[in-house]
Amino acid sequence: MPDVKPVLMQGNEACAEGAITAGVRFYAGYPITPSTEIAEYMAEKLPRLGGVFIQMEDEIASMAAVIGASIGGKRALTATSGPGFSLKQENLGYAIMAEIPCVVVNVQRMGPSTGVPTAPSQGDVMQARWGTHGDHPIIVFSPASVYETFYLTIAAVNLSQKLRQPVVLLLDEVVGHMREKVLIPEMGKLMVEKISDQVPPDWKPYDDKGLTPLVPFGSGHFYHVTGLYHDEFGFPTGEPAVVSRVLDRLHNKLEQYRHEITFTNYIGHKEPRVGIVTYGCTVRSARAAVKKAYWQNRWPVGLLSLQTIWPFPDKEVEALARQADIILVPEMNRGQLVGEVERSVRGQAEVVPLNRYDGEMITPDQIMEQLRRWLP
Amino acid sequence: MAPIEQLNLDFLRTKKLPHIWCPGCGNGIVTAALVRAIVRAGYDQRDVVIVSGIGCSSRAAGYLNFNTLHTTHGRALAFATGLKMARPQLKIFVIMGDGDCSAIGGNHFIHAARRNIDLNAVIINNYIYGMTGGQHSPLTPLGKKATTAPLGTLERPFELLELARGAGATFGARGIAAQPRQLEQLIARGAAHKGFSVIEALSPCPVAYGRRNKQGGAVEMLKAMKENAVSVERASNMDAQALAGKIITGVIFTREAPEFCELYYQLIEQESKKNSN
Ligand SMILES: Cc1ncc(C[n+]2csc(CCOP(=O)(O)OP(=O)(O)O)c2C)c(N)n1
Ligand code: SF4
Repeated sequence: MPDVKPVLMQGNEACAEGAITAGVRFYAGYPITPSTEIAEYMAEKLPRLGGVFIQMEDEIASMAAVIGASIGGKRALTATSGPGFSLKQENLGYAIMAEIPCVVVNVQRMGPSTGVPTAPSQGDVMQARWGTHGDHPIIVFSPASVYETFYLTIAAVNLSQKLRQPVVLLLDEVVGHMREKVLIPEMGKLMVEKISDQVPPDWKPYDDKGLTPLVPFGSGHFYHVTGLYHDEFGFPTGEPAVVSRVLDRLHNKLEQYRHEITFTNYIGHKEPRVGIVTYGCTVRSARAAVKKAYWQNRWPVGLLSLQTIWPFPDKEVEALARQADIILVPEMNRGQLVGEVERSVRGQAEVVPLNRYDGEMITPDQIMEQLRRWLP
Repeated sequence: MAPIEQLNLDFLRTKKLPHIWCPGCGNGIVTAALVRAIVRAGYDQRDVVIVSGIGCSSRAAGYLNFNTLHTTHGRALAFATGLKMARPQLKIFVIMGDGDCSAIGGNHFIHAARRNIDLNAVIINNYIYGMTGGQHSPLTPLGKKATTAPLGTLERPFELLELARGAGATFGARGIAAQPRQLEQLIARGAAHKGFSVIEALSPCPVAYGRRNKQGGAVEMLKAMKENAVSVERASNMDAQALAGKIITGVIFTREAPEFCELYYQLIEQESKKNSN
């Protein structure tokens, strides 16, 4: 038997298949375009794998059910799009606070509000960062292809388990609906060790010492889970020293494991004059532009694509800014991540946004046209 | 009346006491009845989970020595649904306030009832939003005063158990904090019932409800509750006029219907057999 098999699949299917490969056995959701295929795929597959699929009454309930299932020891995922992502925010914050692993997929569509349900957009980048209230950390991935969707979903599930932290997968409608080749490893190959199986003798549900596994309810370890600030055993407290310590722990986890969370990729000239920074499906157009500009024309151009957008890969962007004079940031919105780029660049290069928000993709030509402003 | 036996202290987090509730609050009585009901049901401590929403009543979860899950306002049943489906062997009790269950959580309530999922919902109905200081809830009786209905509410309240029955629940009972022994039995019967069980526990909130509606202190409220209570058996021999203003206690309805979680697991077992054949 070969180790991997090439399969033609849709982005949404790759997300569902990636989740299953990573051991997800619980899905709760509510139908919404352009994410519905994920639910349908799960409805088809999970019962046959002994897993649970449930269509809930709304997205609030879906998010709640996923958290409940995760506390029960199942790897759990939910998928939605803008309007549903808005509804999930309160309970997403709960999962962050209570440190319950789960993966939330938002296949972005054009907002605000009902917007254009079938049109691509990257309008939820800031919502994914700040959608739930409070000064919380969050991990957000943004794949550029079906292949990346498959592998980033697996990474999302595993990281979420390891760090006991929700992970958001921000898909673009274009990626969710396109069909591409994916190399699928055999079932189980990519699963991390199930850390929650081993309970350390002096286990505390919220240990300040570092990562601590979630021990599922029903295994004889009695503890409390709440969205209130809590002590190491989960009991509510408003004591100032504990409150700040809890919030610090949530953030520190992500800082400490930054190297495992941050996925970026650079292609192009070693000493670029113009660096492109982008994410999601826009990476595809940028790649096409770099092919032409650098590989054909030998222009000093490079592309830093961000698979992780939150926590923002500031070091990687700054490193690029030390080389380049110009940083071009194409996004399918009115300019969201460009602010972060500017902050990371710290004046070491000129940051130029390129925005499109008419429900169409940014094209390679549009990027070429920009590059020509600075290059021959 | 026989004295109420000692509470099983293993099931209480005594170190977390004193509780946050006001003097005279009925939440403690209902919580104690729940503990005795769990003892009565004979469950293994490790199989019991308490899920709650947000409100004064929902704070009970923190005082109970099981796996306890204090969720978000109104969403307790949705969390519990996910948990039950992930671990069907768990015996889950869901504590909610009247506002938590019937206002913000109303949608989850009817859908849990519709699925007839094996959860035991214990609604502590004090007719008011206690935690936020006395705003009216969908269970505040018509004409009663609240901070957001200073002239008396104009909204007709839900009949909670009728709502549950209509939505598909298969067990509905009402008890009162003034009769904790009966309440305990009702919760235990609800727990023994397979399917979605709804236990409405009427409970005094002297601070945010009683005072504003001139019902006296906790003692007067409990007394009035007891005087107004009529068991279902007695009520069946009374006419509408005699029943006006009365609180009917006991098992209001019970019926058989397929339970969702069991159905689901049966289905996937069949599927796995099919696939292995
Ligand atoms: C989404 C959300 N909205 C509002 C609140 C504020 N809030 C907290 S408790 C509560 C009502 C509690 O009333 P009830 O459910 O009847 O429980 P009780 O306090 O009376 O036991 C409200 C509105 C909240 N915590 N979350
Ligand atoms: S406000 Fe009412 S319900 Fe809340 S603790 Fe006080 S008496 Fe009890």
